Amino acid sequence: MSEKKQERVGVYVCHCGTNIAGTVDVVDVAKWAQEKLGPQGVVIAREYKFMCSSLGQELIEKDIKELGLTRVVVAACSPHLHEKTFRTAAKNAGLNPYLVELASIREQVSWVHTDKAVATAKSKAVVSGAVSRVIENRALDEIKVPINPNTLVVGGGIAGIQSALEIANAGFHVYLVEREPSIGGHMAQFDKTFPTLDCSACILTPRMVEAGTHPNITLLTWSEVTNVAGYVGNFHVTIKKKARFVNEELCTGCGICQEKCPKKVIDDVYEAGLGYRKAVYTPFAQAVPNFPVMDKENCTYFIKGTCKACEKFCPTNAIDFTQQDQTLNVDVGNIVLATGYDLFDARRVSNYGYGRLPNVFTSIEFERLSNAAGPTNGNIVMRDGKTTPKSVGIIHCVGSRDKNFNNYCSVICCMQGLKFAHLVHERTGATVYNFYIDMRTAYKAYDEFYQRVLEEGTLFVRGKVAEVTDAARNEREKGKLIIQTEDTLAGKQRRIPVDMVILSSGLQPRHDAKDVGKLFGISCSMDGWFTEKHPKLDPVATMTEGIYIVGCAQGPKDIPSSVAQGAAASARVLDKILQKEIALEPIKASVNQEMCSGCRICNGLCPFNAIAFIEDDKVTEINPALCQGCGTCVAACPAGAISGTGFSNEQIIAQIDGLLLKNLELA
Amino acid sequence: MNNDTFEPTIIGFTCNWCSYRASDLAGTARMKYAPNVRLIRLMCSGRLDPTFVLRALSSGADGVMITGCHPGECHYIEQNYKALRRFLLLRRVLKGMGIEPERVKLVWASAAEGAKFAAETTTFVEEIRKLGPLNWGKTDGGSQTVDREELSTVHRPSSEMEAIA
Repeated sequence: MSEKKQERVGVYVCHCGTNIAGTVDVVDVAKWAQEKLGPQGVVIAREYKFMCSSLGQELIEKDIKELGLTRVVVAACSPHLHEKTFRTAAKNAGLNPYLVELASIREQVSWVHTDKAVATAKSKAVVSGAVSRVIENRALDEIKVPINPNTLVVGGGIAGIQSALEIANAGFHVYLVEREPSIGGHMAQFDKTFPTLDCSACILTPRMVEAGTHPNITLLTWSEVTNVAGYVGNFHVTIKKKARFVNEELCTGCGICQEKCPKKVIDDVYEAGLGYRKAVYTPFAQAVPNFPVMDKENCTYFIKGTCKACEKFCPTNAIDFTQQDQTLNVDVGNIVLATGYDLFDARRVSNYGYGRLPNVFTSIEFERLSNAAGPTNGNIVMRDGKTTPKSVGIIHCVGSRDKNFNNYCSVICCMQGLKFAHLVHERTGATVYNFYIDMRTAYKAYDEFYQRVLEEGTLFVRGKVAEVTDAARNEREKGKLIIQTEDTLAGKQRRIPVDMVILSSGLQPRHDAKDVGKLFGISCSMDGWFTEKHPKLDPVATMTEGIYIVGCAQGPKDIPSSVAQGAAASARVLDKILQKEIALEPIKASVNQEMCSGCRICNGLCPFNAIAFIEDDKVTEINPALCQGCGTCVAACPAGAISGTGFSNEQIIAQIDGLLLKNLELA
Repeated sequence: MNNDTFEPTIIGFTCNWCSYRASDLAGTARMKYAPNVRLIRLMCSGRLDPTFVLRALSSGADGVMITGCHPGECHYIEQNYKALRRFLLLRRVLKGMGIEPERVKLVWASAAEGAKFAAETTTFVEEIRKLGPLNWGKTDGGSQTVDREELSTVHRPSSEMEAIA
């Protein structure tokens, strides 16, 4: 370590106006660095009012050229603010940008300490640490990898459809994978959409058809992604295409098989358990694609070995009972996850009686009830299928904003509850009560809709409902569902008897979101939603390059926001495709195979599958394109065979010694 | 030395994605905390090689604060769990070496927890102040004069470790 070329270090101490200079004696810090750190290699130490200004940058660039600096330390703000600025300045002056270190004496010193002498002393230590470290920095080059122009979109709800269409319209190929038999997602189940009361199907189905017939979209429904390997620009994806038992080449979607199938099954997916489908079915009339799937578990032929009514009547011989699951391998450059949400299971709030009291409905059940194409042809009736309710209670925040279930606000339930109130009013003339904690009607035209529902005569009770019960206390309550609630505005308890209760259930992460996250190498938040790269400035990207999250997979949101995110992710994908190649940060781990003993301790540590063991040579290898640079394997290697660029052992140990001013003794 | 006037020196290891940003946030929000901690930015708490901690302690630090993302929120999915495992082992090693394991602390702080970062730092400084100076590595030529004899009885294994660290 001692016989090394002496580096020529420049130290630049920023005043940041008075932000730093107000608490730190910057002149003293610069003087100290020049004097005390001289033996280490500091040839110049300057202070300047604003180092990040063009004049400040020019000062550094000039010194690099004229004094032949080989390393630069800027003692200023956090590297997250201006590291790029000073790296670019170094690059402009012909110095490798990775030979620059920032010493944060603003966020870590002047802004958080008050005593000037103490702050100045700490600044010196921080500068000393950075100087020691920068000497150990190595020139690095960005890593370039090509981008495959194909894209995988997972999830065929409105967010996924939007994303797929945007990319396909730009002329690039998209694989749209959907787990259910048809694309459309939750939006296909809805009757009306708030606040405009557009018919959901009327605005959605044209998009579905467009996605289904687009020459640049390969639609893979009844399919699931089973494996993802590779990295940004070069993902290798394995997709399981489940057997439909219907030959898609031959099927015309005429629907005769569904008509002839003798087996009726309760449809608890699309119809939310209120209606029936056949064992061979398309979930709804406008399904895209329009090929049915066979439900193996309920099909009489698969159970008893006899029936085959569908096969007999199919005019094109498309029914194929021998069909097997298929495995497809596709290569893509980017992946958009639009996997959506699960509805909160209202049974969990047992005091609201869902599943026990027949006339308590969930929001999705009500959507199907009010849908003209639904099981009741749009008649809002009670569980007996014929009685129109005279009074309806709508309970908000079921499973949301509740410490016992989910802390977060599910965003859509207020507007959903208002929409239900309007529809009940319009179609039945019933008295409608809304029970809410807070009314959250942000966004365009939402509050106007609230005003409209208020004017229609819907009654609002502010308070969390304690219980829904059928235990009547008097004649008035007999045969009714009684909603026991606190009215926080009137400051009293109320018991309100109604015929029907609708629970405005919240949204939840998909039950398998964690597994899906693992599959694609992205993480979930505490609540279970996929984590975005930055909650404000990068809401559709993830920490894994090339993987984007859109729609409710990222968190509860309404249709316009889902569509916006779908489009936003497409812009990001197109940006990547058009760049043709991508530069990766050169913070990577690598194995010195001479030193590797093949112990495989590091092998299980990498969540990005970047570490592979070469059986023939009995050594480990790291794929630089997969490596995200966390450095966990570097720290774990007992032989010290793994090194990490940008954060090497030498750099960190030098910084430790520098921060503790041990370098002053050594020099 | 009187522990009340003793100003400990502490090295803090931070994760680039959460705790370093928490310290940035504490700065931006002008929260005040004890000035005894000097930070080193790593990409992840998983990068923390336990020998870094030993190096810091043997180079004059009185305590080491390791910070990272909350469990389940690691930028690199799960590497903070590896940091946790190493931390627990390291504390046992320190104990075996005759060093108070309390000199090394693990703190989870998300990028939004500037206040937590500031508060934990101040608390830790007080904890180390109570423990007093470590004086490891100051036996030969340090600025502080330490009774070698006394040190060898109190921190006997540390001189053995020096070769490793």
